[in-house]
Amino acid sequence: MTLTQAEKAAVATIWARVATQADAIGAESLERLFSSYPQTKTYFPHFDISQGSAQLRGHGSKVMNAIGEAVKNIDDIRGALAKLSELHAYILRVDPVNFKLLSHCILCSVAARYPSDFTPEVHAAWDKFLSSVSSVLTEKYR
Amino acid sequence: MVHWSAEEKQLIASIWSKVNVEECGAEALARLLIVYPWTQRFFASFGNLSSPTAILGNPKVRAHGKKVLTSFGEAIKNLDNIKATYSKLSELHCEKLHVDPENFRLLGDILIIVLASHFARDFTPACQSAWQKLVSVVAHALARKYH
Repeated sequence: MTLTQAEKAAVATIWARVATQADAIGAESLERLFSSYPQTKTYFPHFDISQGSAQLRGHGSKVMNAIGEAVKNIDDIRGALAKLSELHAYILRVDPVNFKLLSHCILCSVAARYPSDFTPEVHAAWDKFLSSVSSVLTEKYR
Repeated sequence: MVHWSAEEKQLIASIWSKVNVEECGAEALARLLIVYPWTQRFFASFGNLSSPTAILGNPKVRAHGKKVLTSFGEAIKNLDNIKATYSKLSELHCEKLHVDPENFRLLGDILIIVLASHFARDFTPACQSAWQKLVSVVAHALARKYH
């Protein structure tokens, strides 16, 4: 699925806001993920993922930075995330179902922080964009 | 039977008490049709669904959204017996409406996002977790009588 020009614009507009609180939003999204979908914690036995932990914040930050890269290179997400795609395919091997779960939690965090910006059109564009990112990250799995 | 902790019941009730069922229901259904346009397949008789603006303003969408969320209210009133609450509706969605149960999951998640946007900071991770459980139980109950 490809993003229309309008959708790309909607993604970029929200990103400008999200970027100012990227770390906090990243941490909050992971917190929501672990809380609503405890099975996702199985990928982090080596982490302290309690609320407010430095590792949670650090990892949230990593995730949001990658999303930022995808936004910056929205015309070539595959190229921008090639290394991350290999990492997830060969090393991390996070089951594909979990990308949908995290995407949903990211949308919740963004909706909670920017309700008036998170119009239905923006919601649709971001859902599609995160779905694209998820596709890229899982496309080398087999 | 699903077990609800006292905390979960409280988190669900406290949010529900502040929900405007008509507005929230309308918005949730509209977003479903906008974000996942293929869901429009069930609403051919609803008239103009040609754009987000048309969908948001469509009176049939609004009315139906209110109907759906009102039904949710029944589940919340009967947390200890959601299966029975939705038994007839489950049969209806299978035999008459022919709705793929995946759509119940989609709508449930959209509802969660609408609640997040309305309640912001109050829609904490713990709150979301209780509501995810609720929408999941409702979706399961609605799919239960499918054959």
